[in-house]
Amino acid sequence: MKKHFQRWLPPFLMFVMALWFFGNLSAPKDKDFKFSEFGELPITSNGRIVPLDSLARNSLLAIREKQTLNTEPWKAWNENPKIIPATEWLANVMMNQAVADDWPVFRVDNPDLISLLKLPEKDAAKHADGKHYSWNQISANIDTFEKENERVQKIESANRTAYENAIAKMHERLTLYAQLKNAVEPANTTDWPAQLALYERLIPAGVATVQAQQAGLSYNKTNFDIFIAYINAFQFMANLQPPLILPPNGAREWRRMGDALLDAPRPGGVAIDNSVRDWAQMAGALTANQPEKFNAALLDLRSQLVPAQSQAMAKARAEVFFNQMQPFYNAMVIYILAGLLAVFSWFNLSETLRRSAVWLIWLAFVIHTIGLVYRMVLEGRPPVTNLYSSAIFIGWGACLLGIILERFHKNGIGLVVASGIGFITLIIAHHLALEGDTMEMMRAVLDTNFWLATHVVAVTVGYASTFVAGFLALIYIVRGFFTKTLDAATGKSLARMIYGIVCFATLFSFVGTVLGGIWADQSWGRFWGWDPKENGALIIVLWNALILHLRWGGLIRERGLVNCAIFGNVVTAWSWFGVNMLGIGLHSYGFTEAAFKWLVLFVVSQLVLIGLGLLPAKWWQSFKVRAV
Amino acid sequence: MLIKKIVNFFTSLKLTVTLLAFSIVLVFVGTLAQADEGLYGAQAHYFKQWIVVGAHLFGHKVPLLLPGGYLLGVLLLVNLISAHIYRFEFTRKKLGIQLAHAGVIVLLVGQLSTDMLAREMQMHFTEGETRSYSESATDYEMIFVSNGEVTAIPNKLLKREGGEIKIDSLPFSILVVSNWHNSDMNFRAPMMQNGPPIASNGIALNFDFRKIDDVKTTDEKNVPTAVLEFRTPTGSLGTWVASDWTGDPALVEAVRNGYAQMGPGMAQKIAATLVTPQTLVVDGKSYTFTMRPARVRHPFTLTLLKATHTTYPGTDIPKDFRSRVRIDNPTTGEKREVEISMNHPLRYGGYTYYQYQMDAGQAAQMAGRAPTSVLSVVRNPGWLTPYVGCAMVGAGLLIQFLYHLAGFVSKRKTI
Repeated sequence: MKKHFQRWLPPFLMFVMALWFFGNLSAPKDKDFKFSEFGELPITSNGRIVPLDSLARNSLLAIREKQTLNTEPWKAWNENPKIIPATEWLANVMMNQAVADDWPVFRVDNPDLISLLKLPEKDAAKHADGKHYSWNQISANIDTFEKENERVQKIESANRTAYENAIAKMHERLTLYAQLKNAVEPANTTDWPAQLALYERLIPAGVATVQAQQAGLSYNKTNFDIFIAYINAFQFMANLQPPLILPPNGAREWRRMGDALLDAPRPGGVAIDNSVRDWAQMAGALTANQPEKFNAALLDLRSQLVPAQSQAMAKARAEVFFNQMQPFYNAMVIYILAGLLAVFSWFNLSETLRRSAVWLIWLAFVIHTIGLVYRMVLEGRPPVTNLYSSAIFIGWGACLLGIILERFHKNGIGLVVASGIGFITLIIAHHLALEGDTMEMMRAVLDTNFWLATHVVAVTVGYASTFVAGFLALIYIVRGFFTKTLDAATGKSLARMIYGIVCFATLFSFVGTVLGGIWADQSWGRFWGWDPKENGALIIVLWNALILHLRWGGLIRERGLVNCAIFGNVVTAWSWFGVNMLGIGLHSYGFTEAAFKWLVLFVVSQLVLIGLGLLPAKWWQSFKVRAV
Repeated sequence: MLIKKIVNFFTSLKLTVTLLAFSIVLVFVGTLAQADEGLYGAQAHYFKQWIVVGAHLFGHKVPLLLPGGYLLGVLLLVNLISAHIYRFEFTRKKLGIQLAHAGVIVLLVGQLSTDMLAREMQMHFTEGETRSYSESATDYEMIFVSNGEVTAIPNKLLKREGGEIKIDSLPFSILVVSNWHNSDMNFRAPMMQNGPPIASNGIALNFDFRKIDDVKTTDEKNVPTAVLEFRTPTGSLGTWVASDWTGDPALVEAVRNGYAQMGPGMAQKIAATLVTPQTLVVDGKSYTFTMRPARVRHPFTLTLLKATHTTYPGTDIPKDFRSRVRIDNPTTGEKREVEISMNHPLRYGGYTYYQYQMDAGQAAQMAGRAPTSVLSVVRNPGWLTPYVGCAMVGAGLLIQFLYHLAGFVSKRKTI
């Protein structure tokens, strides 16, 4: 009985987690309004074709830092607060602002900003959770905010206080929200289909009055005023530069609604087409709460896209599936579970636990790989294109190395490395995703799959392997210092692993760095320019080379190697994130303020562990045991 | 005995380790200092330097003494080469390591030679224009034109304040009153002239120039200005200002925009005053002088046919920069068109032409500017060394790694 249990527990655990993963794959069913079909509509945002679902999730992440909207955040989780999907929220922001503007969607953490805007404090009775506020609540004091914002915008971002950063961030969030409000109709229009019809009828007369007015002739003042009011409203919409929601028509590429409405009366302009009307129908139906009409207009809009935009529709559907799958989030959960099992296996030395962890790590790794490859196919790019994808890829590479180590050593160490780094990097990726679209288009200099596939991948593998060496070293110190589980054989095998991985890291970081120089030579005419990111990569190469030479020269032994490898973590984190915070050079992208705090914490923690590593052997739990 | 000691010192691993450690510290300090000193400042202070004295970190001056980039590079090179010669053995076990270290030698030698031999220049042109020369991005020259005869004096020769220079083709000598690496310029408004002008003649009567700190980022440039006195054997011709503010069309345009609030007519007048030619008359011959970026002539010409700048739909994110250029080479009879774009430079006649900056596309069209393109022009005889060095180190490390891996795997199999 026990034997069967030991044999079948690991695959059973994996099977349960796999079921959980597949269970999450299917989209929630639409009750009346077909919001999930709405989410599959392709539009153009950020310079690329995206489904509305991605626009909804990315916008909600930027504004609320979550992919869903809790409309009753003052309720505890067990009181069943109403949670709605991102697409439903987006549809209402775009087309039914009377409802959406009351939803508590803006997350505000800074207490000074809360008091500046006179926002209510946490009080469940008054439906306030002290963190999430609605557009209406914020715009009540928008004048005060604008005054502060004007002052803050003049300060360089590096010199802002936390409060000023909160102001700047809120400004970005409000702008994004205003763009979405003006993507389909002039914000807060009451009956958009009727208004649009009126405008369409008015165009010939309106144009005539404007021409007459310019020529100094007499004209119908009422028609002129109404027409000009429309034009001003549409101009306002266009100036906000919301996403391009209208598909190409004739000679026109993807267009903004505001631009299309302004284009219609112009000589040679494209008349208002069915896609404009369908959007208006959807808006009218959503406001009037008529699901059938909404779904019919949506169906018609989709049929407009066939066959010219069939490819865009297929791509959008694929991206929606990817959004729904959330492979990196799911992999992260499984990594934690596997990591815990592997750590426990060190203490009771249970082979069943270790084997369970192996099965789970494989599942997480497969899901991680699916996500990575799916992203590559969606983007048509090599794996690493920005900071976000570098985090995904470092986690993936480290996990692969961990699995390989485990295959050879079968002592749970590779598993802890795989799950530990996998988990940490996916958490980092999760936070980087808050910065906006993670599949943004590549700027002209970076638009080369060859160099992205060689230089960037090699450097990132270099990062991943240096982190693996560092993580192995952490295991050595933590197990050796705090527990009695680091026997001589384990210590020796850890040191061998670290040495091997450092060799591997040297190869990849060196080749990657030099390839980067060659790329620079190809695009800027200089091989090496001492740019901060280049220097960061160079320091990794030098540090790895230094470790190897110290080892070859016999200047360090097992513990010296371990301490040096931990410092490799610091060096790599500096190159990965630190140099971006200097705000100089050609590579200075993706600066995040919160990241700075975490980087400092990370560096301090590593230095503390190196400090422990330097303490005399008599204070180490494991060495005490060995001495006896 | 002594020789053995020296050999031991230069071939020792301890020296390697020390040099690597110093390199890490130097690169780290040199990176941090870029926030205070700028990229070029930090390059000159830390990397293109033998000994580094003092550093600027986080807005403070920090006293410290470090070996500079040149010193570390040369010592590493000596260390590597001597160890290579001394310990060389041709065995399978060592093959990878030897190859990798030889590759590092190639890289180091290549970088040192690039640093000394490479020249960086630029070529600016508007659509339809033809250029037979490139301009230096950092070096300037003074030119004197008399009846179409051009005399060029590198600005480097005019660096020493108080120094006097005599050129045979000019009937006067040049005394350097001051020569600033970077300068700012202001129009002397008639109503509010504060002090006396900095020179007695020419544009100095209408404009004030003053010395400012060097620029810190790569997208700005230093604008040199010199105050010079011209002297003939019979007496002084007075003091004059020569400045890149008058020579660079982009700067003149910036001045015009800067004074736009005084009205377009006034701004235009100020810009026109700035570029008024300054002329000396000696013995009935006139000499017009300007300061401009140093030029290198090519035995062929490039003509910009079309400059295209595309962005992703609905955004300002640049998608592509592209210059279509015609090469005319009278010596070889070549006349062909090529496209130069990001990541696709043109290598021709010992020079490499890279797409550098561009003012074209919608933004330029709306502002009514003709499309222009700036190519970065580099002459680097050592450009191949990184390719060779990288291949050698990569192959070397790979061989070594596979050798170890094979050993590791076979050892496990025998257990």
